[in-house]
Amino acid sequence: MNFERIWAIARKDWREVRRNRSAWLPMVIVPLIFVVVLPAGLLLAAGSDLEYAQMAFNDPELELMLRALPPAMTAYLDGLDLVQSGIVLFLGYLFAPFFLIMPIMFAAVIAAESFAGELERKTLEALLYTPVRDSELFLGKVLAAGVPAFAVTLFSFLGYTLVVNGLGWPVMGRVWFPLPAWYPLIFWVTPAISALGIGATVLISARVKTFMGAYQLSGSLVLVVLALLVGQATGVLYLGVAAALIIGAVLWVIAAALLAVGIRTFRRSTILVKG
Amino acid sequence: MFNVIEVDRLTHYYGPRQSLDGLTFEVRQGEVFGLLGPNGAGKTTTIRLLNGLFTPTSGTIRVLGLDPARQGEQVRARTGVLTETPALYERLTARQNLMFFATLSGVPARERAERVNWLLEQFDLTARADDLAGAFSKGMKQRLALARAMLHRPELLFLDEPTAGLDPEASAQVRDWIAEVTRQEGMTVVLCTHILSEAERLCDRVAIMAPRRLLAVGSLDELAQRLLPGQRLQVELYEPCSIDFPRLRALPGVLGVETGANPAGPARELVVQIKDASIVPDVASALMQMGARLLRLQPEHVSLEDVYFKLQQSAEEVRA
Repeated sequence: MNFERIWAIARKDWREVRRNRSAWLPMVIVPLIFVVVLPAGLLLAAGSDLEYAQMAFNDPELELMLRALPPAMTAYLDGLDLVQSGIVLFLGYLFAPFFLIMPIMFAAVIAAESFAGELERKTLEALLYTPVRDSELFLGKVLAAGVPAFAVTLFSFLGYTLVVNGLGWPVMGRVWFPLPAWYPLIFWVTPAISALGIGATVLISARVKTFMGAYQLSGSLVLVVLALLVGQATGVLYLGVAAALIIGAVLWVIAAALLAVGIRTFRRSTILVKG
Repeated sequence: MFNVIEVDRLTHYYGPRQSLDGLTFEVRQGEVFGLLGPNGAGKTTTIRLLNGLFTPTSGTIRVLGLDPARQGEQVRARTGVLTETPALYERLTARQNLMFFATLSGVPARERAERVNWLLEQFDLTARADDLAGAFSKGMKQRLALARAMLHRPELLFLDEPTAGLDPEASAQVRDWIAEVTRQEGMTVVLCTHILSEAERLCDRVAIMAPRRLLAVGSLDELAQRLLPGQRLQVELYEPCSIDFPRLRALPGVLGVETGANPAGPARELVVQIKDASIVPDVASALMQMGARLLRLQPEHVSLEDVYFKLQQSAEEVRA
């Protein structure tokens, strides 16, 4: 295995993505909405008029949701007033699945650009005529999609931490974020879901001929994350530390299986016949 | 001189469809070898098989002494391929394209920049080295793709339709570059083309293909001797004259005589098929004895095109 070649393939793909607006624009806009716009809107509204905020949070359904929280979470809300509890519930809890949408989406967009995009632009053949091995080519492309997906999510997490603590200071009066469940979520579940997105996109790319085709199909993976979001919002599932560890392990197993199938089917002769 | 490529009874199928049927040929070190044939004949498939991108269904291939199906990586480290389309990364600059492929092709890190600069200069791309390849003209893209194929000083270079889609000026430039750079680097070249004049100008030997199979292999002279024996002598008279054709045909070394639409009447132009150029004075003398006043006597050159169409026509007749 030649790591210089793997690294060169990944770097080449990043350079190409940087010059392809339809590939990088979602990576800027989506984090901006989740990390800055939504939390800032909520925090600024709560901080600007506390009386109104108390009225707004004094909602029977919200109280119902607060009462249904698991003990680990309710312990965290002890001593907080209604507005503070509402902020912790929304920004520290219900927003968590948004951070799973980002890696799956970015991994899918870069992998689609990298695998199906090269085939579509007919650049892959020249690459296949080099001495690079099929496995090196595959790993280079997995790296090309996985690293930025995880990096953007990580930076978004850091940005989110700054925004919710900074703009939330007038209401919360202390640094309260991240909650414990966020660590396994960001460092265990997020890379797993990136790998899952890549594995699925590689398999989809082997069956479609265009970047958009691959991207649209793999984009449907976001539905898995939306299911988590709905589960959280309805109280069916609470993403605590244990749940995050279990979900992460399951996702890693699925991702490993998809990548294993991907690497077995990623053969020069098959790719060329398809192209 | 040893054989760089040896192909023996090579057959290949794409799923149920046969793409090549029993190809046998060899390519000698240092020669420019042409692979000629119509679209769909199997030229590109042959290149892919020779580089280990496909595995033969049956038959054997040796490239630089290696088996491409099992040792594809080693084969590709010693071959360079100019693909049918330039296949450049259009969102990267010319230099970035070359540096990327230099890394993948195993050019040592300390030599990469120097090698890339040298090739950019050879192909007259230095001034545009840091422009995006997507902004290049077709001719420039083709030159950049050629430079890419030569990055790692391949011993064997495959050129798949190197002038396809280029205007005559750009085609001539690319041909000159191929001739110049391959001579400088001492490479063996396999040229796939359906532009016969290009093959005639560049190739030492050619293989002519019909769909899926090989029709003939050899130098133009060998093929011409085998398929169109003798030489054609064009004769033009100053004025129409009655020619004694049986007497002309009876001359030693004359293989045949072609006349115009009315062989019985006086002729002004005729074509005499002769064994070789030594017969020309005898033909001239016989014609003058028949009262003909000669205006022009010109031995006709047998072109690759003549050979090619003769072969394709025979193949067509066999198929019919």
